[in-house]
Amino acid sequence: MNETELYTALTQVFHDVFDDDSIVLKPDMTADDIDGWDSQTHVLLIVSAEQRFGIKFRTAELESLKNVGHFAQLINTKLEGR
Amino acid sequence: MDSLLWLPSHPDLDAALGEAKRETDPMTRLALAVQLAGYRRDFTLTARMDKLATEGLATLAETGDWAAHRLTPLRVALLSSHTVDHLVPAIRVAGLNRRLAVSVHVAPYGMYRQCLLAEDPALTAFDPQILVLALDAKDAPLQLPLEASEEEVDAAVEARVEELRLLWRRARQRFAAQVIQQTLVPADPPLFGSYESQVPAAPYAVIERLNAAIRTAARQDGVLLLDLAWQAAQGLYGQGLADPVRWHQAKQLVSPTLAPLYGDHLARILAAGVGLSRKCLVLDLDNTLWGGVVGDDGVEGIQLGQGSPSGEAFLAFQRYAAQLARRGVILAVCSKNTQSVAEAAFNHPEMAIKRGDIAAFVANWEDKAGNLRQIASMLDIGLDSLVFVDDNPAERDIVRRELPEVAVPELPDDVADYPARVSAAGYFEAVSFTADDTTRSRNYVLNAERKAALSQATDMEGYLRGLEMTLTATRIGPAELARTTQLINKTNQFNLTTRRYTEAEVEQLAVNPRAIALALRLKDKFGDNGLISVVLARPDASLAPGELLIDTWLMSCRVLGRQVEEAVLDVLTTAAAGAGYSALIGEYRPTPRNGMVAEHYPNLGFDYRPAPEGAEADASFWRYDLTASRTSHHFIEMTGL
Repeated sequence: MNETELYTALTQVFHDVFDDDSIVLKPDMTADDIDGWDSQTHVLLIVSAEQRFGIKFRTAELESLKNVGHFAQLINTKLEGR
Repeated sequence: MDSLLWLPSHPDLDAALGEAKRETDPMTRLALAVQLAGYRRDFTLTARMDKLATEGLATLAETGDWAAHRLTPLRVALLSSHTVDHLVPAIRVAGLNRRLAVSVHVAPYGMYRQCLLAEDPALTAFDPQILVLALDAKDAPLQLPLEASEEEVDAAVEARVEELRLLWRRARQRFAAQVIQQTLVPADPPLFGSYESQVPAAPYAVIERLNAAIRTAARQDGVLLLDLAWQAAQGLYGQGLADPVRWHQAKQLVSPTLAPLYGDHLARILAAGVGLSRKCLVLDLDNTLWGGVVGDDGVEGIQLGQGSPSGEAFLAFQRYAAQLARRGVILAVCSKNTQSVAEAAFNHPEMAIKRGDIAAFVANWEDKAGNLRQIASMLDIGLDSLVFVDDNPAERDIVRRELPEVAVPELPDDVADYPARVSAAGYFEAVSFTADDTTRSRNYVLNAERKAALSQATDMEGYLRGLEMTLTATRIGPAELARTTQLINKTNQFNLTTRRYTEAEVEQLAVNPRAIALALRLKDKFGDNGLISVVLARPDASLAPGELLIDTWLMSCRVLGRQVEEAVLDVLTTAAAGAGYSALIGEYRPTPRNGMVAEHYPNLGFDYRPAPEGAEADASFWRYDLTASRTSHHFIEMTGL
């Protein structure tokens, strides 16, 4: 999966979780930039991404997520590691 | 994990949701949410459905116009020891799938004791009708050393259950709320392997004892269970309960992926509590109850019973259906067959379902939607009480399209898995089980015979006399509470006010010395109909002192057209006059389902009365003077009271 494909798939995850098709993801986006991105929806994003990409995050990885770019990078590493 | 397997798959739910979201009218969006809630869905799709309904539900909460949209509102408070916010959308959507408009209040996580023992303004303002105590194994550990004796463990378990009972009592006293207690799911892996149960204080052994004690206490105290521990043991939740990552990350006991299943498990209990459980299992015959086609293969040629694996699988499904009938589910048959051929199949020696177990038997070559309508009308129940099981996907599809009210489960390929699928769907969830339930399906069969007798009788009076009916009236006491509450919450058609009450609320009314709370049973020459009618009457501040308000009057449709209401009025007038009242005040509150009793009070000789202050706009009021003498019009012998 190249970066564009990954961002397309990840965007779909965000659209579904926030029920908002207008969200456009940028690597430097954080929870402050998206309406409704709180600790609850954060877990939903993680679980939804796990389902979408067929991966599983480790407990430690969940603590260090800084922004969308970092999230995408982590997914990419997991996909390559399979 | 793919859950809700009994629900049909939508060809493109994502697109359907997108389209529904663009509807401008909130009520249209709500209606679409109700419709889409009936499809198989994961947690994100479920959450999007929930959002679709939000605005429409808020509008209805303001106007109170629930009945016009065939929705029943219900206030549910979740008090938990773990995070449950992510489960709320799934609870609401599962509610919508049962035409229940659930509003949920989530108490701050971990604060369930404080919320009930101290004053919690938010909870008080919400005024819950149902209070769910969602606790888990990590909450309030018993702090026992591993070497603790069985006696010490039992003492600690008892103390913990006593604490829960105190919370249950508080919920009843403060809100008259029905409590639903969640059983505890073991969160940590066993320490001893198979030897775990032999060490009384080992974690699994303690949880098992706690759950056993909770179940017993719940039965004694009239508390309902959300038995997550049993459901987990059945494997229904896979690995998604107590996932350590979700726990450490967000204190979630139920993983978000399983929210739809959890929501369904809770919503089916809520629905059962207000009488929205299904009542009748309608079965197809060929390749559903036996292998092969009886019309082609003959009675001897069908696969059923010992000797072949598939014959045994069909027999096992029959046995499951027969067991459901023993617990009160009505059985019916809807089959494309010649009636005589289909009925002859029940002479097969290995048939576990007997012809006499089936209350409505419809076999012809007409379309099944029409036949299901006929079955509902033969049994005097709504289409929304039916579950239709048919191995043929095309028939299932047509029935779903023609009759969306009928539940039609998706079935696995192998009939061996039918019983588990029907069970997993939870159509017949119960909140009580009484002796009346065991005879109910038999009663429906007898009723079919009564109807046949009626069509043969030349005059109505002769028919009614010939039934040799006896009505027994009792004041509702502890022994009658469960049965009367059950009837109050499931009767929709012959129900003057459709007020739903918890057991605690009925009890409050029954112990009031100024109120009259009656349970009525009817016997006839065909058998015992069991509890068939409930009347709750009480004084009301908006009425004159001598007036007694009939808060609730309902009757099972099984005994319609037999002048039972005349006899009940006899009992009520005598009791009310005896208590010093001078008039009965009847109230009729129209709903989409109780049109049959719109003229109930005028038919019984009540006179129109202006509505008292504070009454609902569409309710009508009627007055019956107790000081005049009464002539009754019925052929029913009376006992009791």
